[in-house]
Amino acid sequence: MLRIDGLSAGYGPVGVLHDLTLEARAAQITCIMGRNGAGKSTLMKCIMGLVPASRGSITLDGVALHSLPAHRVPGHGVAYVPQGRRLFGPLTVAENLQIGLMTRNMGDETRDRVLDLFPRLRERLDQVAATLSGGEQQMLAIGRALCLEPKVLLLDEPTEGLQPSMIALIRDVVLRLKETGVATILVEQRPDAVLQLADRVVFMANGTVADCSERADLSPDAPQFMAYVGV
Amino acid sequence: MGFGPFLLLALMESAVTAATLALTAVGLSLVFGVMRVVNVAHGEFFMLGAVAAWFITNFIGGPPWFAFLMALALAPLAVAAIAALADRLILKRLDYEPEATIVATIGLLYIFQQAALSFYGPQAMPVEPPFNFRIQLPWFGYSAYKLSVILLAALVLIGVWLFLTRSKAGLVMRATQVDRETAQAFGIDTDRVYAAVFALGAGLAAIAAVLIVPIAQAHYLMGHDPLLLAFITVIVGGLGSLRGTVIAAILIGLSDGLIAFFWSPTLAKILATLLVAMVLVFRPQGLFGARTT
Ligand SMILES: Nc1ncnc2c1ncn2[C@@H]1O[C@H](COP(=O)(O)OP(=O)(O)OP(=O)(O)O)[C@@H](O)[C@H]1O
Ligand SMILES: [Mg+2]
Repeated sequence: MLRIDGLSAGYGPVGVLHDLTLEARAAQITCIMGRNGAGKSTLMKCIMGLVPASRGSITLDGVALHSLPAHRVPGHGVAYVPQGRRLFGPLTVAENLQIGLMTRNMGDETRDRVLDLFPRLRERLDQVAATLSGGEQQMLAIGRALCLEPKVLLLDEPTEGLQPSMIALIRDVVLRLKETGVATILVEQRPDAVLQLADRVVFMANGTVADCSERADLSPDAPQFMAYVGV
Repeated sequence: MGFGPFLLLALMESAVTAATLALTAVGLSLVFGVMRVVNVAHGEFFMLGAVAAWFITNFIGGPPWFAFLMALALAPLAVAAIAALADRLILKRLDYEPEATIVATIGLLYIFQQAALSFYGPQAMPVEPPFNFRIQLPWFGYSAYKLSVILLAALVLIGVWLFLTRSKAGLVMRATQVDRETAQAFGIDTDRVYAAVFALGAGLAAIAAVLIVPIAQAHYLMGHDPLLLAFITVIVGGLGSLRGTVIAAILIGLSDGLIAFFWSPTLAKILATLLVAMVLVFRPQGLFGARTT
């Protein structure tokens, strides 16, 4: 599905990702773990074309995403929930969703499905996004991405700073998407959440893949968690 | 004429200034709000609009109302096209770097001015108003054309507001203004949005100029005053706040007109500049801008 091969990228002359190879399969959740600054968010941006690849390739079902301008990437079915949500704050909930719908010309059906997943958003359609609670903002960030009916969903630390009930809700949504065949790449820092959700876990260090393990081969006290996340 | 009617006349004259200032300043404010570009050449788009109106009315001929309508439709389009080209050829290549774009638009200012001097000449030339009758009030007669300028400017502003708040293109512009990178992640071609916003901003200045040119004549240096007043308006109204810009334009346009009418235009400019200094010291976010940190 989504293949990343020998990818190198960075900001200007500063290299962040080095020779990174990774695959995300349909109907699977690929979790990415790594210390702060390991390059997880940079990898997400690079897939979206927001950080240019200096070497290597990113292909989705044969389409070379790395050679497209950033605004052409989501059209191929890649949706992005950035770290820190990055909502269009002064715009309303409805307008934020509208932006997502416009990306791939989705209509009311998609919108209804998203609002069914997050009924709290339906009650707040005319509210300005910046005034939502943290949990509601995260629902909107995910809802906006789901408005693309994505084939690949990139989630960058979606549970950062949320309370357990909200985390559980987001987990349920991610699992439901998996059942519909979406390839999910989830950046997540907490081992317990990763063990609940992941099919495969990719450990990143210094901008490259340090270890890649199947869920079945990992236990809560696996040495990788200590080595690459420090917990 | 008693003081009451005299004041009314002064108010009506100032309202014309306020109306065209609002158009010009909203254009400047849009460009700054979405692109973070301080467009020093904005006044020259105003001037180009006026000069284009002169060329168009003279080239087309026919009855004045027809020539004027053509100028009103075509001059802003031409100026918008020039602006879109300038965005593509210059601003985009500078990656919209704030300092670099200031220097670049100063360069544009001189290019447009010298181009106008070469092709249009140093003289001031009038454009015939589309109609010439006066509305007879009990105390004085007043140009119906001036009243129609106020009305048209208000209609255009309402149109801009509807476009920004109700249309898909407006939504895309507002999203790009908030967060360019995330906008791209949702399929928005922000390069095109920037070109469109720069064109729209310039087009608004050009509309203001076409409306004013039957009253004030076209001249290659006429961009200075609108630029200064538009900057003052945008700063007082709060950078990037369109509502604030319109309110500030009405306040500044009216007071500028009144002071110039009763005392002198120079005093009006001095007071307006003083107002900006006060606003910058006591309310740097502008009178209507949101406080951001
Ligand atoms: N816009 C930028 N310009 C320059 N350097 C950047 C930029 N964004 C990130 N970096 C650098 O790239 C490296 C990787 O950052 P990145 O945000 O990808 O890490 P991360 O793994 O997501 O960390 P975290 O867990 O804190 O989110 C860091 O050293 C960071 O300083
Ligand atoms: Mg990160």
